[in-house]
Amino acid sequence: MTTTSPAAGFTQSTSTNADFIMGQKRSIQNMTRVCSINDLIHNTGICALVDKIQVAIFLLKDSAGNISLHALSNWDPIGKANVMYRGLIGSINDDPVICSPLYKQHYSLLTGKCTENDQIRLSVFSCCIEENAVFVSVSSDIAIRN
Amino acid sequence: MVDSKIHTASASLPTAKDAYDHASNSIVRDDILVIGNGMVGHHFVEQLREQNPSISLRVLSGEPRLAYDRVHLSEFFSGKSADDLAMTTPQRYHSLKVSFETDAWVSHIDKTAKVVTTKCGAKYAYEKLVLATGSYPFVPPIPGNDQPHCLVYRTIEDLHAIKASAKVSKVGVVVGGGLLGLEAANALKEAGLETHVVEFAPQLMAVQLDGSGGRVLRDKINQLGVHVHTQKATQEIIEGHACRYRMNFADGTFLDTDMILFSAGIRPSDALAKAHELAIGARGGIVIDDHCLTSDDSIYAIGECALWQQRIYGLVAPGYTMARAAVSHILNGITPATIKFAGADMSTKLKLMGVEVGSIGDAHAKTPNSLSYTYENQPLGIYKKIVVDATQLKLLGAVLVGDTSDYDTLLQYALNDIDLPEFPESLILPMSDNAVPALGADALPMTATICSCHNVSKADIVSAIDAGNNDLGAIKTCTKASSGCGGCSALLKNVVDSELQKRGVDIKKDICEHFAHSRQELFHVVKVEGINTFDALISKHGKGLGCEVCKPAAASIFASVYNDYILKNEHVGLQDTNDIFLGNMQKDGTYSVVPRVPGGEITPEKLILLGQVAKDYGLYTKITGGQRVDLFGARVEDLPDIWERLVLGGFETGHAYAKALRTVKSCVGSTWCRYGVQDSVGQAIDLENRYKGLRAPHKIKFAVSGCTRECAEAQSKDIGIIATDNGWNLYVCGNGGMKPRHGDLFATDLDTQTLVRYIDRILSFYVKTADRLQRTSVWMDNMEGGLAYLQDVIINDSLHIAHELEAQMQAVVDTYQCEWKTAIATPESRKRFRHFVNSTETDSNITFVQERGQIRPATEQEKREINIVELA
Repeated sequence: MTTTSPAAGFTQSTSTNADFIMGQKRSIQNMTRVCSINDLIHNTGICALVDKIQVAIFLLKDSAGNISLHALSNWDPIGKANVMYRGLIGSINDDPVICSPLYKQHYSLLTGKCTENDQIRLSVFSCCIEENAVFVSVSSDIAIRN
Repeated sequence: MVDSKIHTASASLPTAKDAYDHASNSIVRDDILVIGNGMVGHHFVEQLREQNPSISLRVLSGEPRLAYDRVHLSEFFSGKSADDLAMTTPQRYHSLKVSFETDAWVSHIDKTAKVVTTKCGAKYAYEKLVLATGSYPFVPPIPGNDQPHCLVYRTIEDLHAIKASAKVSKVGVVVGGGLLGLEAANALKEAGLETHVVEFAPQLMAVQLDGSGGRVLRDKINQLGVHVHTQKATQEIIEGHACRYRMNFADGTFLDTDMILFSAGIRPSDALAKAHELAIGARGGIVIDDHCLTSDDSIYAIGECALWQQRIYGLVAPGYTMARAAVSHILNGITPATIKFAGADMSTKLKLMGVEVGSIGDAHAKTPNSLSYTYENQPLGIYKKIVVDATQLKLLGAVLVGDTSDYDTLLQYALNDIDLPEFPESLILPMSDNAVPALGADALPMTATICSCHNVSKADIVSAIDAGNNDLGAIKTCTKASSGCGGCSALLKNVVDSELQKRGVDIKKDICEHFAHSRQELFHVVKVEGINTFDALISKHGKGLGCEVCKPAAASIFASVYNDYILKNEHVGLQDTNDIFLGNMQKDGTYSVVPRVPGGEITPEKLILLGQVAKDYGLYTKITGGQRVDLFGARVEDLPDIWERLVLGGFETGHAYAKALRTVKSCVGSTWCRYGVQDSVGQAIDLENRYKGLRAPHKIKFAVSGCTRECAEAQSKDIGIIATDNGWNLYVCGNGGMKPRHGDLFATDLDTQTLVRYIDRILSFYVKTADRLQRTSVWMDNMEGGLAYLQDVIINDSLHIAHELEAQMQAVVDTYQCEWKTAIATPESRKRFRHFVNSTETDSNITFVQERGQIRPATEQEKREINIVELA
């Protein structure tokens, strides 16, 4: 399922924990191309419509220059509005989080879990950057296994 | 003996009670019966319950409600309700197992049978009776003093009567220029009346102030528009000509007024005690001993009705001490630990109509051979005097008018007999290089009283800290310190900070987990090191990715220092919810659009454009409190087009989304108004155009009123400006919101150039030094020295930074840009205003319904119903 290519910089795959590590490449056959890499700004979000699901996509760059891409549900389950992509990116104890723009709850970008309420989480979708384009798949919630 | 019996047997006293039961089954009986539920009576109840949860306790209140805060009575006129002033509730008394009756005026005491009878005939038996009947206002015996609009100022019922009378009056007179009289005058002024104070003595507050202090206070109060007439003896009140009544004075002059408030002192409510042969002083007051026992050993008297060593104590703190002494004696009898009433310090610090006044100990220098030092600053209206003993080692008393920032320190010197510094005058002279620093918390002895309302000493605070309370809030809750008049709050904070520091508790001012710095430190770092991106700031001074606290704070600092376009790629990810799309996000994810309307002045053409845009995009419209128009319900993808039309029509962004200057509200001013004395609209427009776009730790609001009628409500703003005949009065650090605060008068009769210079300096200083999300009021209150310190920095340039502050503001003014104008002209920015990066569809969750002819967001329930209809 996963193939590696040293050339591919920003990739995230679907099947193992190692998927979250950079430098891996996967097949983009079943994924949807949503936009160009130029549509993204570091440490902000955008929203894409994929199979009628609203997906919030975030491009992170930390102060060491490490880059990662994350795709989660755009629905704010507490504020009840499609706004997650407009939130602020940050970290809590080094874990990357997105902060709801409405009522400021934090959700892990890795697991979708809400820091303030462990009963609530956002779906996390697989995504990658391939040949300067952003790809997303909403076929499964990849964080559910974790 | 009975005392210890109550103590040990708690609620039951078999012999006495059996006798009552036998005599009359219908009489309610209690161990303790309190007559009166004023502040002191209430304090007695709380203290007793705290120390003995089971003893049976009943309160008879002559008023229709339970205890309320009489000290802050005048706040009833600035919007507080009876509930706000309440010190307790029926529910709380129920839960404390305190029985109570309201409207229960006691008319008879049977000392032998130990039974009291109320006006309506109800009887209550007691074991111990506590008289907390307080006092009543003295009304001078002037013919005509009993007319309908001749009132007093004591109870909430009095205030209702005053309010009702004020509604049909234009002019009001307060008879009496003492502390309460001036409080009452403030109430009339708040009610919008032309207000006069008539005083028999040659000066105001003759008890607390000396002649010079009284004169400075009089000048200040005159300046505030209240007319003060001293040395006036009213001879009669007759029908008026210009007004309802006329007061004829002994010197042949007269004054016409619609209403008269008597506040010429208080008299102890001792009629009940007198009628039942308790010992009464020659000039009134129920005689008590050190345990607050009256001449009957089952009856106590506390508060303003009581006379201790020929003195009546008309302040709340001594009343509280009496209550504690009575509780101690009732519960414990006489033991070494029994608290006694040993007189009280009558020092006071208060704010009258915004004028600070303080009086300590021997203010009139009556002690033989005492010596005085005085300092007077006429331009600022400040007067300070200290009285020292012949050796010049001990402080005996002090008078402070216009600036009470030295009060806490002086009081500690006086109360604790601390040796004065070599040059005692340094205690009251303005700060200079060789000034003696304020008496630090460490210099105070453990016995020093920090809070006199609740009798909390430094030792009490230290033991509270040792018991594990390690922040100010917890210590306040646990010791009650600073929860009375609040006058000691700054001193309390100093003591707590100093004690915590000694114990190695770090008083953290870190902005968040990513930076070990306060906002002020970050501001400094950014400026000194020339850092202009968050990446650079966090890699050099912080860790992690940042968060919703430090990122917007950094964005605000960058904007204040460099005034860059906030949606530049390197800044866009730092912006908070509203800034990032230059609009205020509403609950459904749509935005509101608020164009700037400087000073609230708008042309018909612009009004039509707003209406047309709202119509074309189906927006909900509402007028804001800041004199502009808010357009709600704009989808994120429509924002650039909406703003393109607004900018084309001459509008600019209103920064309603930003922690920045919001609005400068104005009244119509001298241009149209019959009463206006300056062009408030013109001034407001100029100021709004100068400071628009200034980003700050929190939002900033201004207002400009064209005359003293204050129609623009300038005193509720961060910067408030009120026109005078000679220029502009500047008020600072007011705010509305959750905790409204009136602005403090900062400087008077300024010309426009000076006004702008002061505002430049104040706002630059605020932007530079305030904490994140700290309004100007809290910022100033947290400064040691408060208003006086700020005046010193801004007016006297005591820190030598005035030039820098002005230059910083000028740089912001010179680099202003309308963010919306830039955004719509920048394709890169414009691209971000879309909901989907890969589709032109709109967010299907945004649904509106109609209400009162406009849209509003559908509720979750309505959305479900709409979906069902669509599916069907």
